[in-house]
Amino acid sequence: MMPDLGKYADTVLWSYAASIGLLALLIVFSIARGRKIRAEMEKVEQRMTRNG
Amino acid sequence: MSIAAKANALWEYANPRKFLATSERVMPFFWVSSLACIVVGLVWGFFFTPDDYKQGSTVKIIYLHVPAALMAINCWLMMLATSLVWLVRRHHVSALAARAAAPVGIVMTLIALATGAIWGQPMWGTWWAWDPRLTSFLILFLFYLGYVALWEAIEDPDTAADLTSVLCLVGSVFAILSRYAVNFWNQGLHQGASVMRAAAVTGADTEEKVSNIYFYPLLLCIIGFVLLFIALVLYRTGTEIRARRVKALLARERVNG
Repeated sequence: MMPDLGKYADTVLWSYAASIGLLALLIVFSIARGRKIRAEMEKVEQRMTRNG
Repeated sequence: MSIAAKANALWEYANPRKFLATSERVMPFFWVSSLACIVVGLVWGFFFTPDDYKQGSTVKIIYLHVPAALMAINCWLMMLATSLVWLVRRHHVSALAARAAAPVGIVMTLIALATGAIWGQPMWGTWWAWDPRLTSFLILFLFYLGYVALWEAIEDPDTAADLTSVLCLVGSVFAILSRYAVNFWNQGLHQGASVMRAAAVTGADTEEKVSNIYFYPLLLCIIGFVLLFIALVLYRTGTEIRARRVKALLARERVNG
């Protein structure tokens, strides 16, 4: 149940939206880059093993 | 095991393989516990705490503003510690950990500044004031941006690590200043420390003390932010180590034709 935030509803909700949005972006970008680099490393390692 | 032996064992993590193996093992704990603490703390604070008699429902912003501000400062102090390790002992993992932490610090500082501005508008009647704490936080934010830009601008990783470490030492003045600015200059709109102050927490003084109703969910959020910071830095440091390895492998491949 949503609490009654009174006249400051916009202020509180904007703070939560901005903060949670920024944290979510940070986590998503970190994981996306991590996966990309890990895949790239495995590809290069496999290629080097194949080529001796 | 003696303290000296334990301290020496810490240096084993300067080995990238050892660091990656250990961080892979402990990371799930940090991810799960951080998200659990943040979700429970925010739900508790948002839905189950009353409005403040002065600030109304805006008091609920404290659960994001204070943990983010704490992490913004402490992230820079962690970068300072790892930069010093790089400068003194030349361990690459420590330099990469500092690099990995900087974007986390940027986001924490941005959250602290944004929520502060949104909170300040109805309480102070302005989004921004050139107050000692606000100004030192803005400078800290600019230092974070400069730090990341310097890493990106220099091709040679060791030179980049050297220069960014020196920048980190200089920026530490503002990290510490942003914590104690209110005490140094007794002026400005921002209140003094009311959470991380022993007398305020134990109830030995009543001035600007955060009530326990707000303090417990806030403490949970702070613990959650600390755990999230550790999870992110471990994960991002692993990424930086792998990125460095990819670069080295590609260089070796080019040399071998």
